[in-house]
This record gives sequence, structure tokens and C-alpha cells, in this order.
Amino acid sequence: MMQNMNDSHAPPPSQQSTETTAASGASTSAPGERKFAQIPKESVKAHAESIGISEVSDDVAAMVAEDACYRLREVMQASCQFMRHAKRKRLTAEDFNRALRWGNVEPMYGHNSPDPMVFRPTKDAELYFYEDKEINLTEFAMETILPRNPGETTVKAQWLVVEGRDKGAGSSPALSEELVQYYDQVTRAILGGNEQLIKTALADLRTNSRVSALLPYFVYLVGEVKSISHDLEALTRLLQTAQALIQNPHLYLGPYLKQLVASVMYCILEPLAASINPLNDHWALRDYAARLLAQICRSGCMSVEGLQKQLLLALQKVLVDPARPLCSHYGAVVGLTALGSKAVEDVLYPQLGTYWPFLQSWMEDRTISNAQAKADAHRVQGAILSAAELLLKTYQQNGSDPHAESSHESSPNQSPHHPDASDFTIGTFGHLLESNSTAGSNSHRRDKGPVPITQIYSDLYSFFGDSLAVRVGNGAPFVPAKEEESDQDAEPIVEAGSSAFPTVQVERADLPPMLPLLGMVSP
Amino acid sequence: MADPNRSVVVTDGSNDGSAVSGAAAGVQSSPKTEKGAGTDPGKMDQQTLAAVLQFLKNNNLKEAEAALRQEAKLPDGSGDSSGSSRVATSGEVSSVLSAYESEGDLARYCEYYSSLSSFIESSLDAHKHELGCLLYPVFIHMYLQLVYNKHEKEAQKFFNRFSVEQEDWHQEDLRTLSTVKTREQMEVNDLMDTFRSSKFVLRMSRDSYQSLRRYLKQHDHRELLSILQDHLFIDVFDGVPRNREQVQATSGAMMGEARRDANKVKVLYGLPKEPDINVPLDDDDEGGDGEDKPKKKKQKKDLLLNKNKKADPNAPPPSRIPLPELKDADKLEKVLSWKEGLKRVPLGRDNLPSICFYTLANAFQNVSAVGISEDSSLLAAGFEDCNVRVWSLSPQRLRTMRGASELDQLDKEADDIVERMMDEKSAADSWLLHGHTGPVYATSFSPDREQLLTSSEDGTVRLWSLHTYSNLVVYKGHNYPVWDVQFSPTGYYFVSGGHDRVARLWGTDQFQPIRMFVGHYSDVTCIQYHPNSNYVATGSSDRTVRLWDVLNGNCVRVMTGHKAAVHTLAWSPDGRYLASAGVDKNVLLWDIAYGRLLAEMKGHTDPVYSLCFSREGTILASGGIDNTVKIWDVQKVFEEIAGSDDLTSLDRASLVEVGPLLLGSFATKATPVLKLHFTHRNLLLGCGRYQHN
Repeated sequence: MMQNMNDSHAPPPSQQSTETTAASGASTSAPGERKFAQIPKESVKAHAESIGISEVSDDVAAMVAEDACYRLREVMQASCQFMRHAKRKRLTAEDFNRALRWGNVEPMYGHNSPDPMVFRPTKDAELYFYEDKEINLTEFAMETILPRNPGETTVKAQWLVVEGRDKGAGSSPALSEELVQYYDQVTRAILGGNEQLIKTALADLRTNSRVSALLPYFVYLVGEVKSISHDLEALTRLLQTAQALIQNPHLYLGPYLKQLVASVMYCILEPLAASINPLNDHWALRDYAARLLAQICRSGCMSVEGLQKQLLLALQKVLVDPARPLCSHYGAVVGLTALGSKAVEDVLYPQLGTYWPFLQSWMEDRTISNAQAKADAHRVQGAILSAAELLLKTYQQNGSDPHAESSHESSPNQSPHHPDASDFTIGTFGHLLESNSTAGSNSHRRDKGPVPITQIYSDLYSFFGDSLAVRVGNGAPFVPAKEEESDQDAEPIVEAGSSAFPTVQVERADLPPMLPLLGMVSP
Repeated sequence: MADPNRSVVVTDGSNDGSAVSGAAAGVQSSPKTEKGAGTDPGKMDQQTLAAVLQFLKNNNLKEAEAALRQEAKLPDGSGDSSGSSRVATSGEVSSVLSAYESEGDLARYCEYYSSLSSFIESSLDAHKHELGCLLYPVFIHMYLQLVYNKHEKEAQKFFNRFSVEQEDWHQEDLRTLSTVKTREQMEVNDLMDTFRSSKFVLRMSRDSYQSLRRYLKQHDHRELLSILQDHLFIDVFDGVPRNREQVQATSGAMMGEARRDANKVKVLYGLPKEPDINVPLDDDDEGGDGEDKPKKKKQKKDLLLNKNKKADPNAPPPSRIPLPELKDADKLEKVLSWKEGLKRVPLGRDNLPSICFYTLANAFQNVSAVGISEDSSLLAAGFEDCNVRVWSLSPQRLRTMRGASELDQLDKEADDIVERMMDEKSAADSWLLHGHTGPVYATSFSPDREQLLTSSEDGTVRLWSLHTYSNLVVYKGHNYPVWDVQFSPTGYYFVSGGHDRVARLWGTDQFQPIRMFVGHYSDVTCIQYHPNSNYVATGSSDRTVRLWDVLNGNCVRVMTGHKAAVHTLAWSPDGRYLASAGVDKNVLLWDIAYGRLLAEMKGHTDPVYSLCFSREGTILASGGIDNTVKIWDVQKVFEEIAGSDDLTSLDRASLVEVGPLLLGSFATKATPVLKLHFTHRNLLLGCGRYQHN
């Protein structure tokens, strides 16, 4: 009987459900007979024998069996109630014991293990039994392995839905077969060479709302840029994937945004393995990544001010480090340009005084072995020119108020202007730069007031000469200023000598033509 | 006996007296019967009378008996027309059970039942569905008579043959029934107790009833007649017979539908006028002089609360129930919640809420209850290991009060005395409350967040102080598991309900209940206090929802329609509508004004354990152990009934036709949704324990 009791309290939930279906099926014959746990009189006899009562008549055994059945069913029904009120789907041994206690019956101990019991046959006879191994208590007590502390119960908050939109993080149960297949197909298409497939996959990533469940996986995929930095083609594809995710209106990037930005920054700044071969156009990749960065900033999802600060710091750090290769410097410049005119003014412009001579030294190097570096330096110069153009054009459009809203229309990446991003470039990192700008950079920065536009222009003109004037165009309000001030203002830049860069005297006449490079940076 | 006109219990609302057919029902004098019939004074008197007569007879006080009979104008006891032989036995139980004793030909029950069944099948479509309701109670009582009269084999045969024909939702009770196979088992079974002591209620149009009478006249089935007479209550109404959907919508409860007269009392569901609050506030945006301030506040308040400023015709008078007076802190609380309400996001079908989910991690002991305070700043979880844990959901950590000696040194006149009383050093993220000796099934915060109530399997309700995090009072009374407990919206009062089928109203300072709400046929599984504190709604595993008047303890609404135990209830903010849900996975919406079922919301795939209306009452959120939160467009239903105020068709009222109401369904990773709560700003909070399998 004990066995039957055990037997019956494990399976009730499933039993119940089959019952209900059987009953509603209506055509099943004699459902009452097989519905419930039955205790045959043989079990009663066997149990009686085990406790020392040998002679039990059939009648008595049958009566006891029936009563035991009734009690058992009653207890099972009562135990279901405890399960329901504990708001569970699974009936536990504890529920059963609770029902026993309320029925004034001694509960059954030793069945609370969450592991299922092993039911196995004997070797010789056709007899099945529950394996019930003996435990050596002494050994058990001397055991040195202590059970792990499960930790205190804690509450964790997370967004399940934001304004009716499902959030990827909380709501992805085990991935369905479909989703796994979808992920497989999309990644294969993106990394494969078929242009048409790539187009389709990216288009779907941009629009499909169900991607949310796969978001972490795609973000991880984009993070793979670090391991394929030799393959320009693949890098571009991954950046395109990132772009598609950012453009998808159904996705909430949330915690994944940082990872995406990190991948994009990697492509902008790192001296990728692909750049060793001069035939590889890694410049285009950096430009693309910078445009993407600008897009992220403008999409409004980067509301975390800290992240923007971090980005600027990272760009600045690369720019002031002479040990970095020129392609990294190039990345820093296009990155800053992408972040807008304010970033250019606050980070790039103060560095120019020290950086320009450093760049000049590369450009003037006429040895054959450094030909590649010289070409790279020209690229950097072109990028800086574009940045300067952005800065001046912004001023031109806003009059000479440096704190007017910067316009992105003239930025090299040509993305549509986003209202949310406007405050991003204004005044938020002035203090940051004061504390971080390298010593002795620019005398204009020492006085707290805003640098007058004429000053900026003349400074820039001293580097670029007429090529700048050509870019900014005639008819600009400050064109006359150029003529007045250019001669005097060459001075302070020469002073700036105590930076990390080797100081080189600059002469305007030496500026090389730079037009062929402009195609890389300008729209 | 042969005349069905007399023996079938009939009432059409006007003649309550005829609900009891003479002395035939007289023997039923168990306390349960009295409770069940508590709303029917005429019947109770009759039964009391019969019980007294029985007592006199048993004790051989013949003269007194004769005198009483004469006075009560009852026929002489010796000429009792009832077929049941009432042998006076010692136990009251057996005297009730004896109603099942029958001299008829039990072997022919199968035949009788088949005949009734085929009559119903062959009757007009118009009557078919109303008459179909007869089959289940007749089946049950035939089976019980067979069992009682020791025809176990026939009973088994009868059961096996016809139980499969019963509706799906009866299967749970049929399972219980099938365990009862002998007379001895009948005597100790709760469900049997209910069946034999209460009448199964059926509502039927007069036409359908007439056709039943014709059938009974044609076929002289004595046993069938006596079952109809003793155990069924047929509530006849004038009008068009109900169709299948209408019948099904309100069937499913353990003891049939609600009697029509059970829902006739007017319910004062409106909300009372908001009290004028003139609490000086440390308001940052006002620099005016002191006289100006309260005036301004009032004007602002008027704008918001103008709805409540008009006297609501459906609101109870403010003094109907003595409520605790508002303390300054309560007034401040009201103002603060109103201010929070100003920042409310209007929700609707085009504007779904954001959901913030609190997942309980490392809860290996399993969470059996979750409560969130009205202002959404505190969370309490009850566990199966008997503990309760309280968390702060706001940046404010939880502090205890200083010790007595330290408190003594404080300047009691200080403005910030409440703040000073708290011990900064004790601040913690959560507090554990030990005390219960069984799983904790419910937690409820007092409106002022100074106290917490918990109920447990150990049969007690405990009151905890959230200043000292210690147990203040243990309320004993239920003696069986207490499934739910809830504070009134004004504090002080609370209601508990449990396995003993009784809901009890308590005051926190009294260890005896103030009111007992008795009437459910099975466990009281959930409780929801009405927003105006005058009523209490209870859900039960007898598959009904009842509404009780706190003033007099009367049951004023009985609502049937659930097909399995009800486990959660929610009031709409205006107090007129009630939502209920439970094991049958359906969410039902009721109009309390008429006790009418408005809408049925299907979609969950496992029992529903939590419901919550948004703060302005436009949407309803439901959550269950299918790990999803569903959002329903109840506004659509309200708009529809506002358009057609058709009260005449109440007897055959059907669901409001508005099309699908589901607005959204949001799955958690693997966390059952045990609690849903809208903040004042309409952010939806959910809570549950992560299930790792």
C-alpha cells in the first residue's frame, strides 16, 4: 500500500488533465474505472503481511482497499487546493503532506526531494520497485563538501514592455525553432557574398519587429568585428548589420547600445589588420563607421550623457597620442567631425596647434620608405580640413554666436538633422576639455570666454591657407577678417611648443596641395 | 405527491412563501441549511418550526407538538405525505440524509434519467438549453440516492453511463462525487454535505417550465419528482427563453445560478465625496502669503476632483459605515497621490502601458503571495517556508524605530519627530518577518504603510508593524487555512477568508470578527474590498463571486459564470465594475449595479492569479501562471453599455457584443505573474518568482 500511495501522489496533475479530456470526449467507455488511483486487495494483503498480519480474508482486504482508495482520492483533491493557492502548476509531496496533516493523518516523510524517484525492475522476477538506497549517515555527516548557500532572495526590476512595445531583454523565452532558423539564415546571408541576399537580409533587420528576441545575438555578432579586422568586406557587412538594428523602429537597444557603439568605435579608431595593405580602402570603412556613429548619436537613443563624454574622451586620447598610427588619428578626426561642430571646436581645434606641426613633419618627409606614411598624413590633413570647414560653416550659418545650435547639414556624413541631438554638442563638454586638454595647447583657450570666430578662422587659415577659403566660399561674413588678421595671428601657434608632439616651424608657403584627398572626407 | 403542480418547488419572485412546500422540507434543520437560506426569512421560519416539531416528537412531547401544529396551522404529523420515512435517529446528519431514502424502484433510475434526457433533447430548440440545466442536478441526486440506499453497483453503472454527458465544467465536482461510493463516505464528504443541505438553483422561462410540467404529468416518475421537489429550486421568469450562449454564460457554479431575488437589493456602489483637505504643504512653486495658499490648492483640487464634488447618487452616505478619521498624515498622503495622479499617462487601446517587472530571484522556497502598497513603494512577498519579506521599491531604505530609551530622549514637539524616531543605522533593503507556521497565502499593506497583514495555511492572520518589523497581533478564528486577507481602503478594517467558507470582517484592535459573511458553498479563495469601504467582494471555489454589505453582513450580489475556482478579483476605480478570474483561465467582467455579466475575456492558457484596472479604469491587466500579462480593452465594453441602458432584459441578459477585447499579450521569460499593480502614474508593475526548470 505504501508503494501505491507513493505511486499516486506523483502523477495527479497529468492524470487530471487526461481525465478531463477523456470526459469531454464523451465517447470513452467506463471512464470511472481507470480514472483514479486504484489499490488492489493484493496490495492490502501484501502490506498486511509486511507488518505482521498474515491472515487477511478477501472481504476484509477488499473493504480496506476501497476505503484506502477513497481516502487517497480525498487527500489528492485536498492537496490540489494547496497547489492552487501556492500558485503553482506542479503538485509537490509537501502539498500532499499538508493535506494529510489537515486530515489528521501523519504525513509521509522522506519524499520531498525534487529529483524524480527511480523506478526499476528486479533482475530475476518481473517486479518493479522504487530504488531506495541506504545512506550511510556517518559518511554523510563527515562529508567535507558543504552545500552551497543559495543566496538571499532578492528583487530585480526590469522592463518587460515600454509603451506597449515588447522589450527584448525580458521577453525572450527559449528561442523558438523559427527564430533560430531566422538567425541562421540572416547571418549566413550577411556574411555570404550574394549582394541580393545581403540586401534582403538587411532590409528585414531594419523592419522586422520580431528581431527583438534575437537582439542580443545580433549585437554579439556585430561585436565579432574584433576578430575579423583583416577582412574589410566582412567589417563593412557587420557595420551594416549594426546600422540596420539601429534603424529598426521596433527595437529598444537599451543595454546593447553600448556594445554596438564599442564595435563601431573599434572600426573608426583601431589600426585594423586590413590597413597594412595600402590597396585596402580602410579609409572608406572608417568614414562609414563615423557616419554610423553620428547616426547613433542623432537617433536619440543615446540619452546617456556619460556615453557621449566617454566617446569624446576616447577620440581625444587617440588624437593626442603620437605613438598611434596615422590611420587612427584619421579615425579620431572623422569621428569628431561626425559628432558635430561643437566636438570639433572643443576637442580638435585646441589640439591643432600641437598636432599640425606633427602632421607636417610626416608630410614633409620625402624619403621613399616613408612614402606610405606621407600619403596617410595627407589623408589626415584632408580630414582636418573637412572638420574645419564644418566648424566654420556652422558659424557662418548661425552668425557669429558660437553657442547657437549647430547644424549638421554641412557635416560630412549628410545624415538628416535630428532635433534630439542638438543639445549634445552644446556646452556640455567645455569643462571636460579644460581639464583634459594637454598643457600649452592654445592661448585662446586659456581665457574662459568663447573664442571669436575671426580668431578661429585666422588660426585655421594659418594652417590651410587658401584651400580653406575655397571650401568655406566667398561672401562669408568674415572674409574681410581674413585679410586683416591672418598676418598677426600666425604668432601664437608658433609659441605652442611644449606639447607631446615634436615642434616644427610652420610656414604657410609649404602647404602642399590637398585637393585630391578631399573626396575621401567630403560628402 | 402525484400532482406535480404542488410538489415542484416554484417561485416566480412574487410568492416567496411557496418556495417551501409544507412540511416536506421541514426536516432539513442543519446549521448549513439555515446559513444557506439566510436571505429567505419565510423559509427559515418554516424550517425552525419543523425542527422544533421534530424535537418535540423525538422527546415524546405529544401534547406540545399537537398544540404547536394547531397554532402554526400545519397538518397533523401522522399524515405526512412525504415519501421519506423519518426515523428519529441520534445524529442530525442521518436525519438529513434520510431524504435520500427511497422506496422507489432504484434500478429504474437509468431509465428515468434517459427518459428525461431524451425529452429534453426532443423538446423545442427554444426550451432545450434551459431544460438542459436540469440534467446535472438530477444526475447528482439520483447517484447519491443510489449510493445512500446501498446500491453501489447500480450507482457505479449509473455514474459511468451518464457522467460523460455532463458539461465540462462539472467534471471537477464529478471527480469528487465519484470518490463517494458508500453511504459512510457520503456522511463525511464536504461536497455531499453541500448538495444535500442546499438546493440547486435553476432559472427558467415560464414557457420552458410549462413544457417540463407537461412532461412530468405524462410520466409519473415519483423519484424524479421527489428530487425536483427536495433538491432543486426552479426560478421561473416571464419572457423569452434563453439561448445556449445565455444559459452557458451564467452556469458553472457549484449550486447552479443565482436566484433572481438575490441580486435585487440596491448596491450603493458610488464613491463618496472627497473630503476637503487643507493641509499646509511645503510647496516649492508657491511664494504667496499664508492666506492665499490653501485657496489656491483648493482651486487646483477642484479642477481634478470635480467629478467627485457632485454628490454621486449611487454613493453611500458618508456615515453609513463608521470609518477611521483622517489623520494629518492621511490627508498628506491623499494630496501626494493626487499630485502623482496629475502626472498620469492616459491609457487606452492606442496607448498601452509600460510594464516594469520585479522578478524574485533565489526564491527556492517558492513565492505563494505578493503584495504591493497602494503608492507602489513597498513590496511584500509571502513564501511557502512560512516567511514574509518586505522590500522597498523606492530609493528610501527600510528603517526601524529607535529603541525605547532613545525615543524617550527625543523632543516630541519637534516638527520632524517622525523622521527622528527612525534609526538611520538600521536601514536595510529588505526585512524578513518570521511568525507563521504554514505557507503565507496573502499579504496586504495598510493604506498608511505602517502595517502589514498576512494570512497563512496555519489558520491565522497576522498583523505586523512596519516600524519595528515585528508581529503585533495574531487573529485566530478561521481555524483552517486562510487563503486571503485584505485591508479596507481606509485602513483599520480588514477582511479574511479561507477554507472554512466564511469571510470575516475584523477591526485591527479587536481579536473577534465584527462581521461574518456566510454563504459560499466552498472555500473563500479571494477578497477585494470595494473602493468606498461599504462592500466586500469575495470569490470562491464554489465558482461564484459574492458581494457583501459591510453594514449588515448581507449578501447583496451572487454572480455565477465561472467554470472553476475564482482566484482573483479587481474593482474598477469608479466602484461599479468588478473583474474576476481564476482556474478556468477566463476573465469575467461584472456590472455590480445589476449583478450582470458583461464580458468574458479568453486568452490565458493557465490559471489567472492577478487582475488590475488602470487608474482611470480604461484598461484591465491580467496575469497568471502561463507567464504572460494580457491587456484588455474594457473601455470598449463600458462605452457600449453606456449607449444602451437596457435594464428590462436583465433576466436573459447576454454578454455585451463588442468583438475582441485583447489589446496586448506580453510574455515574461519564465516568471509566473502573481501580482499586477498600476502606479498612480499608470505604470504597470508586475511581480513573480523566476522558475528555473
